[in-house]
Amino acid sequence: MATEDGQDPRIPKIASSIRVIPDFPKPGIMFHDITTLLLDTEAFKDTIDLFVERYKGKGISVVAGVEARGFIFGPPIALAIGAKFVPMRKPKKLPGKVISEEYSLEYGTDKIEMHVGAVEPGERAIIIDDLIATGGTLSAAVRLLERVGVKIVECACVIELPECKGREKLGETPLFILISSA
Amino acid sequence: DPRPQAISDAIRVIPHFPKTGIMFQDITMLLLDPVAFKHVVDIFVDRYKHMNISLVAGVEARGFIFGSPIALAIGAKFIPIRKPGKLHGRVISEEYELEYGSDRLEMSMEAVKSYERALVIDDLVATGATLSASISLWVTRAGAEVVECACLVGLPRFKGQCRLKGKPLYVLVEPSHFDGLTI
Repeated sequence: MATEDGQDPRIPKIASSIRVIPDFPKPGIMFHDITTLLLDTEAFKDTIDLFVERYKGKGISVVAGVEARGFIFGPPIALAIGAKFVPMRKPKKLPGKVISEEYSLEYGTDKIEMHVGAVEPGERAIIIDDLIATGGTLSAAVRLLERVGVKIVECACVIELPECKGREKLGETPLFILISSA
Repeated sequence: DPRPQAISDAIRVIPHFPKTGIMFQDITMLLLDPVAFKHVVDIFVDRYKHMNISLVAGVEARGFIFGSPIALAIGAKFIPIRKPGKLHGRVISEEYELEYGSDRLEMSMEAVKSYERALVIDDLVATGATLSASISLWVTRAGAEVVECACLVGLPRFKGQCRLKGKPLYVLVEPSHFDGLTI
């Protein structure tokens, strides 16, 4: 498994704590299961530390996390850098007024939602998820936040499956990852 | 301690969600206030850091938001308790009753040892069905000891500390009241 930043000595240990599941969700895709990382207290702490070190002191006031595994990584990062945590959810989970953004699936479409008023125009945000594959969900999250005037500093994921071309889908939006499955 | 009041003030009440008659306790407003969110985590961490807890289980999905930072701060493993079909590998599952029908929760069997001491976290306890199912997963199926269940908000019948399926239940705040402003 290649590492994005071979220089940081914490990355190989994080990589080795992640279980790889071949041919999921489709033949040829090597899925990475972070639930085993969460059982390794040092690897989990190092993962959060790597993101916090990157984003602390950069004027980021919003950490948006994509349901559901983004809810595991986003909150500790938000707490450590003093930012709000904004959950981005599947439809009908958030009460009150929401705004939503549709995105394509292989078959059909889905939506991602955020509370109205959770963020203000001009805020600087990062968007967190555990893994980027096709980039469908993340790019919808980017569009949703940009529609309300938020500046996306970066998308951040633990893992990238480059064969799914998510980075291309994000276009101009920077993407930071710890581990690539390439 | 002024923190519980500040936490309560940060919880928004949404009337008639997800259906008529339910006053929904929306904790997402609290997450927009880094000071209030940190208070919640600090209070839980102070309570649990010396209890020798090796596992924190968070119930999908809002339990993840609180369980993860608590696990990190006390040096425990984090285990997501999930809706069916989301987890890989060997899982155990527990069914629980809804008002109409039933649902299931699943937990990974990997790396859970029977001598472990676990804390189960969710944002809110209403009927207690989800937490009870989670306790069953741990105790009767995985063989770990559930030290306590903890929630940010508990409906009045869970006021203070009481027990759920024989396990202690710790609730941080009572439900907030609807302030009459429509959303």
